[in-house]
Amino acid sequence: MATLEIRDLHVTVEADNATKEILKGVDLTVKQGETHAIMGPNGSGKSTLAYSLAGHPKYTITSGSVTLDGEDVLEMSVDERARAGLFLAMQYPVEVPGVSVSNFLRTSATAIRGEAPKLRTWVKEVKEAMARLNMDPAFAERNVNEGFSGGEKKRHEILQLELLKPKVAILDETDSGLDVDALRVVSEGVNRVRETGEVGTLLITHYTRILRYIKPDHVHVFAAGRIAESGGPELADKLEAEGYEAYTKGGASA
Amino acid sequence: MAEAQNIPVGSTTAGSIAVAAESTVATRMSAPPSFDVADFPVPHGREEEWRFTPLERLRGLHDGTAAATGDGVKVDVQAPEGVTVETVGRDDARLGRAGTPVDRIAAQAYSAFEKAGVVTVPKETVLTEPIRIAVHGEGGVRYGHQVVELGAFAEAVVVIDHTGDAVLAANVDYILGDGAKLTVVSVQDWDDKAVHVAQHNALVGRDASFKSVVVTFGGDLVRLHPRVSYAGTGGEAELYGLYFTDAGQHQEHRLLVDHNTPHCKSNVAYKGALQGEDAHAVWIGDVLIEAKAEGTDTYEMNRNLVLTDGARVDSVPNLEIETGEIVGAGHASATGRFDDEQLFYLMARGIPEHEARRLVVRGFFAELVQQIGVPDIEERLIAKIEEELEASVA
Repeated sequence: MATLEIRDLHVTVEADNATKEILKGVDLTVKQGETHAIMGPNGSGKSTLAYSLAGHPKYTITSGSVTLDGEDVLEMSVDERARAGLFLAMQYPVEVPGVSVSNFLRTSATAIRGEAPKLRTWVKEVKEAMARLNMDPAFAERNVNEGFSGGEKKRHEILQLELLKPKVAILDETDSGLDVDALRVVSEGVNRVRETGEVGTLLITHYTRILRYIKPDHVHVFAAGRIAESGGPELADKLEAEGYEAYTKGGASA
Repeated sequence: MAEAQNIPVGSTTAGSIAVAAESTVATRMSAPPSFDVADFPVPHGREEEWRFTPLERLRGLHDGTAAATGDGVKVDVQAPEGVTVETVGRDDARLGRAGTPVDRIAAQAYSAFEKAGVVTVPKETVLTEPIRIAVHGEGGVRYGHQVVELGAFAEAVVVIDHTGDAVLAANVDYILGDGAKLTVVSVQDWDDKAVHVAQHNALVGRDASFKSVVVTFGGDLVRLHPRVSYAGTGGEAELYGLYFTDAGQHQEHRLLVDHNTPHCKSNVAYKGALQGEDAHAVWIGDVLIEAKAEGTDTYEMNRNLVLTDGARVDSVPNLEIETGEIVGAGHASATGRFDDEQLFYLMARGIPEHEARRLVVRGFFAELVQQIGVPDIEERLIAKIEEELEASVA
C-alpha cells in the first residue's frame, strides 16, 4: 500500500533578499485510500507544503524528509515525482499557449504510464472523463488553461487527476473561486478517484464548504508552518463554528 | 500637413498615443529611397537604420568592396505549367516597379545585378502547385533581382528557399494585379557563414491579397526588409515571420506597411526564439497610415522567447497615423524569458524537462506555422524547430 511520509519538514523561500522559513517541522503520513484535509488560515504555509512536495524550484528544503513507499521524494526532479505517483492539483494552473489540452493530456499520460496509451481507447477514456466533469468536447482543442474560467481550470485539473491515477493526490485549494455547481462537479470527480481506494488524498483548503462534498478521514489544522492539531471530521465542525483564531494566536508565539 | 503620431515601444494604442516626431518612418532613413547606390553614403553604424547591424560582418556589401563572383550562387526556378519564367536584362521595364531601395545595400544590389529573374502568372490563372525558387550558395557573392508578377485574379504560392553559403544582396518585387492572391514563403535556411541582405517589395492591387511568410533559421547575418504598399482599395496584406536565432547569429527583420490607399488591411505577426551567447534578433515594425488612407485596418505584433542567457532582442514597433478616419490600428511587442512556471506545470504532470521545453516552444510557434498553408513547408519548419531545440538541449 502506497504511503507518503513527511517527517519534520522545514522549508524556506527567498523573499526581498531575505530567507524566510515557511514550514517549521511538518509531520504527516498519508496512506493510500485515506483522505486528509489540511485546513488553515491564509499564510500558514499550506500551499508551500503542496508546492514543496511537488518540487517547485522556488522552495528550499532545509531539513526533514519526504518518502513515497520508502523512496526519497526530495531527491527526485519534478517530473520524476509525478511519475512516482505524486499529483498536485494547482490552485493557479498555468497557461501554456499553443499546446492543446488533448496533446498535453496524451503527452502527460504517456510519461506517467511509461508508454503511449492506445489511441482508440485513449480517445474514449478522455471523452468519458470529460463528460463526467460536464466538459464540452471542444475543450480538448483549446490551449492548456488559456482563457479558461476559474471553474474550467479546476475541472481540467481534476480531469488530469482522473486520467493520471496517482498514488497520492495533493489538491491545493481546488475549491477556491468555485460556485456551488462547479464545486459539486469537481468534488464528484475527486470522489470518483477516492472511491477506487487507490489514492491517498491531501485536501488543502481554507474553507469547510468542500468538506460537505468530500468527507475526510482526518482533519489537520495548519498554523505557523506546522500542524497545530489533528483529529477526525469533527475537528472541521469545530473550525466551522470557531474559526482559526485560537490557532493564529498560538501560532504567533510558536 | 497632418502631424505624424508615433507610438512608443511596448505600448498599445489603447489610451496611449504619444506625439513624438524624432523618429518617424521618413526621418529614420538617412537618405531618401533611390535605385542608385551613389545616393547613399557608406553607413558608419550610428544611423538609425544601421545602428543594430554589425557592419563588419556584412562582408563588404555596404561599402562597395564585395565584388560579385559570377558563379557560386545558383538560382533554380521550378514552375508549374502556365507560368512564364524569364531571365531579363537590366533595362527590362518590369523591374523596380513594386518599390525603391531604401538603404545602401538594396541600392547596391539594384546597381550591380546583371540579369534579373521574372516569373509571371497570367491573369485568372489559379495554380495548384507552388512555384519553387531555390537559391543555393556555394561560397559566392551575388547581387540579385527577382520579380514575381500575378495578373488580375491569378492565384499562386511561391516558395523561395535559401540554402548553402553565400554573400547575397537582392531585391524581390511582388506585383499583384486586381483580385490576385499571392502567398510567398521565404525560407532562410543558410549555413552558418552566409550573409543575406534583401528588400522585398509587394505592391498589392485592388482587392488583392498578399501573404508573406518569412522564416529565418540560418546565416551569420540576415537582414531583410519586407515592405508592402497598395495600388488600389480593398487590398490585404498578411506578413508573418518566424525566426530561431542561435549563438552568434544576427537576424534582423525590418518591415514597413505603407497604407497609402484607403480601405486596405494589414496584419503583421512575427515570432522569434533565441538561444545562446550573442544571439541577436532585431525586429523593426513600421506601419504608416497616410492621411488619404481612410478606412485602414492594421495590427502588428512581435513576440520573442528568450531561451537562454546571453541572447539579445531589439523590438521596435512604430505606428504613424496621419488620419483618424480608420477602422483600427494597433501593435504589440513583447519579449519574455522562457517561463519557468510553464515548465513546472508540465513537469508536474510527469513530462521530462527537454520534452516540456519542446512543447512550449512548439506551442509558441504553432499559431504562425498554421498560417503558412503549405504542408511540406510546415512539416519542414516543425522539424527544423525540433532540430534547433535538440541542439540547445545537447
